Amino acid sequence: GKNEYDLLVIGGGSGGLACAKEAAQFGRKVAVLDYVEPSPQGTTWGLGGTCVNVGCIPKKLMHQAALLGSALKDAQHYGWKISQPVHHTWSVMAQAVQNYVKSLNWGHRVQLQDKKVKYFNMKGSFSDPHTVRGLTKAGKETIVTADNIVIATGGRPKYPTNIAGALEYGITSDDLFWLKESPGKTLTPFVFNVSLECAGFLTGIGLDTTVMMRSIPLRGFDQAQMASLVTEHMESYGTKFLKRCFPTKVEKLKSNRLQVTWKNTDLNTEETDSFDTVMWAVGRAPDTKSLNLEAVGVKTNAETGKIVVDASEATSVPHIYAVGDITEGRPELTPTAIAAGKLLAQRLFGQSSELMDYDNVPTTVFTPLEYGCVGLSEEAAVQCHGSDNIEVYHAYYKPLEFTVAERDATQCYMKMVCLREREQRILGLHFIGPNAGEVIQGFALGIKCGATYPQLMKTIGIHPTCAEEVTKLHITKRSGLDATVTGC
Amino acid sequence: QEAAKYEKKVMVLDFVTPTPRGNSWGLGGTCVNVGCIPKKLMHQAALLGQALQDSRKFGWQFTEEVKHNWMTMTESIQNYIGSLNWGYRVALRDTKVTYENAYGEFVGPHTIKTTNKRGIEKLYTAERFLIATGERPRYLGIPGDKEYCISSDDLFSLPYCPGKTLVVGASYVALECAGFLAGLGLDVTVMVRSILLRGFDQDMANKIGEYMEEHGVNFIREFVPIKVEQIEEGTPGILKVTAKSTTGNQIIEGEYNTVLLAIGRDPCTRKIGLDKVGVNINEKTGKIPVNDEEQTNVPYIYAVGDILQDKLELTPVAIQAGRLLVRRLYAGATTKCDYVNVPTTVFTPLEYGACGYSEETAVEKFGEENIEVYHNHFWPLEWTVPSRDNNKCYAKIICNIQDNERVIGFHVLGPNAGEVTQGFAAAIKCGMTKEQLDSTVGIHPVCAEV
Repeated sequence: GKNEYDLLVIGGGSGGLACAKEAAQFGRKVAVLDYVEPSPQGTTWGLGGTCVNVGCIPKKLMHQAALLGSALKDAQHYGWKISQPVHHTWSVMAQAVQNYVKSLNWGHRVQLQDKKVKYFNMKGSFSDPHTVRGLTKAGKETIVTADNIVIATGGRPKYPTNIAGALEYGITSDDLFWLKESPGKTLTPFVFNVSLECAGFLTGIGLDTTVMMRSIPLRGFDQAQMASLVTEHMESYGTKFLKRCFPTKVEKLKSNRLQVTWKNTDLNTEETDSFDTVMWAVGRAPDTKSLNLEAVGVKTNAETGKIVVDASEATSVPHIYAVGDITEGRPELTPTAIAAGKLLAQRLFGQSSELMDYDNVPTTVFTPLEYGCVGLSEEAAVQCHGSDNIEVYHAYYKPLEFTVAERDATQCYMKMVCLREREQRILGLHFIGPNAGEVIQGFALGIKCGATYPQLMKTIGIHPTCAEEVTKLHITKRSGLDATVTGC
Repeated sequence: QEAAKYEKKVMVLDFVTPTPRGNSWGLGGTCVNVGCIPKKLMHQAALLGQALQDSRKFGWQFTEEVKHNWMTMTESIQNYIGSLNWGYRVALRDTKVTYENAYGEFVGPHTIKTTNKRGIEKLYTAERFLIATGERPRYLGIPGDKEYCISSDDLFSLPYCPGKTLVVGASYVALECAGFLAGLGLDVTVMVRSILLRGFDQDMANKIGEYMEEHGVNFIREFVPIKVEQIEEGTPGILKVTAKSTTGNQIIEGEYNTVLLAIGRDPCTRKIGLDKVGVNINEKTGKIPVNDEEQTNVPYIYAVGDILQDKLELTPVAIQAGRLLVRRLYAGATTKCDYVNVPTTVFTPLEYGACGYSEETAVEKFGEENIEVYHNHFWPLEWTVPSRDNNKCYAKIICNIQDNERVIGFHVLGPNAGEVTQGFAAAIKCGMTKEQLDSTVGIHPVCAEV
């Protein structure tokens, strides 16, 4: 055709790269534009997007570092002799994590090259529905034209707008993973899974960490128990919580530390304390500013700013699509972006008609005690079907490995939300405990196959694991009986 | 315990014949005392040793020298087991089940004689009987085996560190024990007569063996011990093992502190008077054949667990079978135990979880052209920073092409294999196909998403 490329992908993250590589498999001419606008603190990174550079990957590695701290304590109960003191050095961990991330950046560059996908390290903006203007850091311009364009620019952390000093003195997750020096005594205001996960591992490596929350934790997740069990555990783990508080200003002290003032809505008082680092986690905003979407008429959601797409990932403009965190109404998860990106490429170039199924997407919050879930929360199930029509099976259990290690398992808990009618189809499964992601994954598959409670009960457990307790769930909330699992 | 729920008068007889070394234990059976539980805890101790090494790469700092103390570990584990034994005693009492710590044997129809530790005999009658006596480790039948060798019955409560150990056998018991002993820093050798993990997918079995070899476990293949002698007494002492090749006349000798036999287990069915009541057993193996309702050839006598012929030797299977049996007998239920697609995990240093057919069995049953095997090596994210074992973890699924590519076998080699496999087993129970597997989104970043 008259356009230079069959497919142009703007955004080299999870969704964008998956789409580009898949399209290249079909022998198409593909180009990817990727550009990282430095954070207000000046942090930037390479190809791969949020997940690889400032999301899932460094997060899980630092979470692992914290878990290993617990393992060191456990090990002594299991006979290992380690002389005290044991301490953690941030720069060793950070460098190891950063090196690994850089190897992934490199890996992605190589993969694109191998698959003959053209890569431009440029910021893209639309000139017309088939033309994108790419700008390098130095200001050099390149015009790219394509038959099809996929927008996959993702999101960036938001800064609070009404708190003095927030932008100048605070950092976000974009900066945390690239810090060369330890963040020291840290405050993370507001509570999304990102801040809980970060607060969790910072506590785990021995740093004085405080989470400040205005109302409820883990908005969007099961509130009936799961969210509070997660935060309860973190409290007993050592993370400090300032509940029903919100910050009003951040000032810099002569010592270079930060003075934070906040309002305590319970006591109606103003309080203050000093910290080394303030990390904002107030949500993420879609990265659409520089795209010039108005020029081509791509519609966005008025409230969130995200791009509106239909079930086939198409925007309001023909031949322009969007995948990943940038799209409205989709989970902000790497695997869904990857799957959606691949399927889109298959539909565009591979004669497939398969649409992405966003139902029953499993996920895990990697807090010190992990929380994995798939399907509906208890609240959503009640809202959808009515509390008379659902049955909730639940259990408190103790991982075998905690016994000898003398670890508290008070918050190790699982529940399964089912329809009450004859078949008893499973609507949702929630699990708090070690390796929650590993546990939930297989069950997510089962739920995809329409698993019912009787089918799960027919499945024999693997012994001894935590996951087997799922196949033994039999106490209902309705019965009011004690849900603590005992012995073998 | 299930039967007691239905207000039946129930008695449990439990008795542990001491090992040749004089070792014994409390209520709970193999799993609790000398099986799954202590095994997983010692495996965990070994994994924590590895975690200590990894943690340095993640920024943790402590002295170079790290040592393991066997006694500290064993004491903690035995204390925990003691609490389980106690828990069972209490549970039986609370459900009003009569418990006698005595050896039971049939003496006539509906009649059993019990003999306790002090030799006192009593007679009891019952409407129905359930035999669940399980198994004990087999000995080689060579000079010095009972006198000087130990088995898994002794290992978990050994009052001294086993030191340089020879593990004889290639069962999962042998490999799991060899694995954690090596992980605790001991010099371990495994003597294998022929193949590893007979009955398991051989592709996976070989990968497990390779991994163990790369991590310091020595293997002596195609040899069997013919004699064990004591060179020095002690705890542990020094033993000399003489072994003969299975393929020729070669003889080798080796010195070890401990010799652990893990060559198989034999059912406890020969000396419980089964002949007096006419219960058939397989003369060769000692196992009891039952119908699909766990009933022996004698209508009022049932059996569950490791002693059953052609059934799996697993705790959860035994528990499930026992519970369902009682519900059928006393609660009018009809559900039978489903022995198909039972998932299992071998807790070797690199764990192996499986559910369904091995590749060999699938090929045998369905024909090579009718099955498709999808596989992948993967590198757990947690192993990247400490630069551990790139490309050792592995997953494969076996699909039946003729049945809509239904997943008939699932195999994974990697950390937390048990946790990963459990959910997949549930999905396989629901008849999962490859298409459904593909359309399920992964959780990121975990091993299971592979």
